[in-house]
Formats: sequence, C-alpha cells, structure tokens
Amino acid sequence: MSTKKLRRAGEYVIEKLLTVSGAVTGLTMLTITVFLFKEGAGLFRSPSVEKGYALYVHAENPVERLSVNEIKGIFDGEITVWNALSSDYPHAEIVPYRIEDIFQRYSESELGEDYALLPDKLAEVIRETSGIIAFLPQQYAPTGMTGVKTLPSQDIRPADFFGGTSWMPTATPAPLFGVLPLILGTLFVSIVAILIALPLGLSVAIFLSELAGTRTRKWMKPAIELLAGIPSVVYGFFGLVVLVPLVQRAFALPVGETAFTGSLILAIMALPTIITVAEDAMRNTPRELREASLALGAGHWQTIRKVIIPYASSGISAAVVLGIGRAIGETMAVLMVTGNAAVMPHSLFESVRTIPATIAAELGEAPAGGAHYQALFVLGCVLFLLTLLISVSAEWMAGKQSSKIL
Amino acid sequence: MKTIILFVTAFTLSVLTLSAQRIKGSDTVLPLSQQEAETYLKQNPTASITVTGGGSGVGIAALLSGTTDIAQSSRKIKFDEREKLKAAGKAAKEIIIAYDALAVVIHPDNKVDGLTREQLADIFMGKITNWKEVGGTDLRIVPYSRETSSGTYEFFKESVMKNKNYMNGIMSMPATGAIIQSVSQTKGSIGYVGLAYLNTSVKALKISYDGGKSYTEPSVANAKNESYPIVRPLYYYYEAKSEATVKPFVDYVLSSAGQLIVSEIGFITVR
Repeated sequence: MSTKKLRRAGEYVIEKLLTVSGAVTGLTMLTITVFLFKEGAGLFRSPSVEKGYALYVHAENPVERLSVNEIKGIFDGEITVWNALSSDYPHAEIVPYRIEDIFQRYSESELGEDYALLPDKLAEVIRETSGIIAFLPQQYAPTGMTGVKTLPSQDIRPADFFGGTSWMPTATPAPLFGVLPLILGTLFVSIVAILIALPLGLSVAIFLSELAGTRTRKWMKPAIELLAGIPSVVYGFFGLVVLVPLVQRAFALPVGETAFTGSLILAIMALPTIITVAEDAMRNTPRELREASLALGAGHWQTIRKVIIPYASSGISAAVVLGIGRAIGETMAVLMVTGNAAVMPHSLFESVRTIPATIAAELGEAPAGGAHYQALFVLGCVLFLLTLLISVSAEWMAGKQSSKIL
Repeated sequence: MKTIILFVTAFTLSVLTLSAQRIKGSDTVLPLSQQEAETYLKQNPTASITVTGGGSGVGIAALLSGTTDIAQSSRKIKFDEREKLKAAGKAAKEIIIAYDALAVVIHPDNKVDGLTREQLADIFMGKITNWKEVGGTDLRIVPYSRETSSGTYEFFKESVMKNKNYMNGIMSMPATGAIIQSVSQTKGSIGYVGLAYLNTSVKALKISYDGGKSYTEPSVANAKNESYPIVRPLYYYYEAKSEATVKPFVDYVLSSAGQLIVSEIGFITVR
C-alpha cells in the first residue's frame, strides 16, 4: 500500500520536474530573445556622431548639416574644400580639428584646474580659423560662445543601417554602420556551403543506409559523428593553414582568404549533421515499404529513388535546416578563413565578412551601451530572424512534400 | 581530511586578508604581466596576484568600476576614459612599464625593402594598390589588419596613418599569429605585428618617418635608441588611492629583475 503511494508520489514529483524544466527552457529562450532585441533597440535613437561629442564650425560658415559620409571624408582628408560640400563658403579650405590638437598648443597647466579654461581656448581657436571643423567633447565644448556654431546632431537612420554598404564601426568622428555587406556575406558563404555539403552529404547518407555493409557502417558512422565534436577553432586553423593556400594555388588568386574557402570549411563542418540526420531518416523507412517495392519488381536503385527518399523527405529537410543553421551561425572557423573584409561580395573568390564573425570579433571591445554595441545586437537580431525564416520555410516545404506523397 | 580543511581555510583567509591584487586589460601586455607576477610571487609567497586579459578598453573600464587594481594597457588612456574616471572621483596614475615596437611584414619573396610612413598610410588607406607604385614588381597589394578591437589596430592607425581611417573592407585577422600565417602564404601581402612575434616566415620592412631620407630596420636595439619610429609604450594604470597596495609589484616590474623579464618576452625595457 505504502509502496504504491510512494511510487505515485515519485511519479508526481517527476511529472512536475519535467514541467518545470520545460518551462525553464522556454523562459530562457524567451529571455535571450528579449535581451537581444532590448539591447539593440536603442540604436536608432543614438546620435550618428560619437556619443558625448559634437561638431563645431566657425559662426560664418553657412553649412547646415553634414552626412556621415561627408564627415568621414573630411576627417580622412578626402574632402578638403568647403565648396565641395555645395556650401558657398569663401574661406574654402577645410581644417579638421580634434581635442588632442589643443594640447599641442597649450600645456595642461595653461588650461586651468579641471580644464576650466578649455572651452574659452577652444572658442578662441575656432574664431581664429575660419575653415575649421572641430570634433569636441560636449562637456568642454564652447557651446553658445560668440563666433562658434554647433552642427545639429542627427540620429542613426534605419535606411543608412540596412542600406549602407560600408561597415566601419570605429571610424571617428562618425562611425559607419552599413550592414548590407555583412548580411550578403553571411548568406553568400552559407548558401554556397550548403550547395557543396548537400549533394555530398546525401550521397554519403544513401551509401551508408542502403549500400554499405554492416561492418563498414559500424565504423564509418561513429567516425563521421566524431567529426561533429571537433572544436570549430580547430577547423578554422585547419582552414587557414591547409585550405587557404590550397584555394589560392588552385585558382591562382592573389589572396586565399575568400568566401569560397569559408564555404568549403563550413561544408565540411555541416557534413556530419546532414549525414547523420538524413541517414537516420532513411533507415527508419519501414521494412514493409522496401519489401513491397522490391516485390513489385522495382530494382534497388528504383526503391531508393521512389520509396525511401520520398519517405524520408521530412527527415532530409530537417538535415538541410540543421546544416544551414550550423553554417549561418558558425563563427570561429569563418572568422579565421574568410579574411573578414567588409565589402559587398561580388564574386566567390573575394574576402567577405559574416555577421557572427563580426559580433565575435568586435563585441568584446565595444563600449557597453554605445552605438557600436547596439549595432552588434541589431546584427544579432538580423541573424536570429534569418535563421527563423529558414527554419519556418523548410518546415513549410517539408509539410507540403509529405502531404503530396501520402 | 582535517589538514585539507585547514589548508583551504588558511588559503582563503590569506587571500582575503592580503587583498589580492588584480591586473586586467590588454592581451599584448598579458604575457608580460603573467611572467612578472609569477616571479614576483616566488619572492613574495604571501602576496597574491591574478592577471587576466580582455583588451585595453576592458581593463580601463574595470578600473572605473573598481573590479581591478591595475589596468594594463597597450595604448594611452583616452580623453573620455580619463574624464569618466574623474567623474567617478578617481584619479588614474600612469606608469610606462615597457615599450613595444610594431614591425611591418611582407611576403619573404617580395623585393621591396623599405617604405616611408606616407607610403604605408596610403597602402592601408587603399590609395596605393600595386607594389610597382612603391618600387616592387607588378603585383596587387593585399593589406592585412588586426580586428578593430585590438590595441595594435588603434596604435597603427594613430602612429602610421595619423588617425585617418583604414580603407573600406580591409582584411582583418583575429590574432597576430593569423597575420603572420596569412602574410607568409600570400604573395602580395603586407601586415603589422609586434616585434616579439617576428620570425623567418615573413620579411620585416625598414621604415622611414622622414620622407625616405633614412630607413631603419625593426630591432630591439633600434627601438631602444629611438631610431625605429613605430614604438608604443605599454602602460599600467592604477588609482592614486590604492598606490600603497600596488606599489611593491609595480616597483618590482620597474626593477632590473623585472625589466630582465621585459626583454626576455621580446619587449623593450624602459631604461
């Protein structure tokens, strides 16, 4: 009697534990998603110039606003005259000025206790130099003093973010957050990787499940599964030392770190997942179906093509989704072999930069809460939505296929 | 069993009472600090020091939040970082513990021997794209840079490029080792690494900062006599208030025994 009760109590506890662990998992996933979107949300309310800084010009300068690209051009010395910015300013030469420059003119002691005299000295410099554009911290800026004009600050625009083609997050004074090359780079590398991995993976899966003898399968399957356990940085190093020179020589390229090299290494990494999942799905085809097909006079190959593959199609598409997921989210290996140049990808044999590589390389040093930090989180959201889209569409495709067969 | 418990309590107590010193920051300085701490601890078995990396910015942020006693940095503290510290009522003390020279490296088959600062800047800004423009063969230049998070990236930008931005879409590698690897296997490559990382698989360029009048080879000796120009100081920052606790270790690093370790690791000594 008591043992029965005890067992029932035990079952009750286990049931509750299972419910709780389910709830905890769900909650964790929700928290991560919310965190991701919350951290990224502030980006489009951040000023396009570095936080806490502003741009100042001579009061007579008619310029009203400067785009991010124009600011960068000025401070890189590419735009040197005000006339080039369609502002009709007679003192044509542009003089870029940074806060460090003041310390070359005055010693720290001349600037007074706690830099009390700094704003006055800066105002003096600006009044003297008619073509000046000064990039100064707002705390010490000569705001509202005679002869000084503050350029109005603008927020980072979504159009610049999603449509921009330059990713230079640490450019001063105005960082460029154009994520288009990163998104395209990620898609490019992953799609090519899956195009390489899929035919290869499916062939191996078919071989293992239908053609290979029991003994071959017995050692080959664990060997393949073992590949999935190798840390990705090892794949990355293998890629850098072996694949990069190989690709460079094979295609006579100036650089071996290309999108194609990234795709190759990703294909190798996605193979174990694709093979294992697809092979399991195929081997799960009921014996009756195979035997029925053979009894009807179909050959071995006909059975594979007309019975087994259609039956396993949902498993195969699961393999594809998992493979793509692995490829899109993979960080370390890609970081090491693609060269990470943030340019719009034109061909397979150029260096590209992917979203995960960007986040991994930059998040550590981006000041928490700043625009760069937020931009990286928005990139995380983009990656999240991309993977979601792929999973949902694969699910939808698999559902459509299986309903057609049965 | 009893002895173990005793040992553990004694250990935790000693850690708590001796106010363990924490050093955090630049990955460039990390091996140096570790080595210094190790030998320092051998001589002072009662002291306790933990050294962690993460990047120069991380170290200074930790100094601000009070989670480290010494911030190791491969760049000078930035104006706004100093301001933030000031706003939090802290004054950062700066000590230069060693110097690090950056070498510009190319593929060993490349015939070019030296470049001026202006040429280097133009190469990394994407204005010079072929080796024949700087006296080499007709070959595309492939510049390799470090990731934006690295102190080396910032220093190269400051010293060589005079704060101009790198070209759009420059190849950026996650580590110094990766730069050496890539430069050694790419014909038209050029990159920059710390002097300590130089090896025979790449060729180091002579550099001129006076417009081509004199070229200097990167070496510890040339960096020490200041004829080699791309040299950066490595810093320790600590709060003025905690000077008493960190002073013994900092003094050890600056002592002749400490500076011996500096040159063993491949950096340049302060004196």
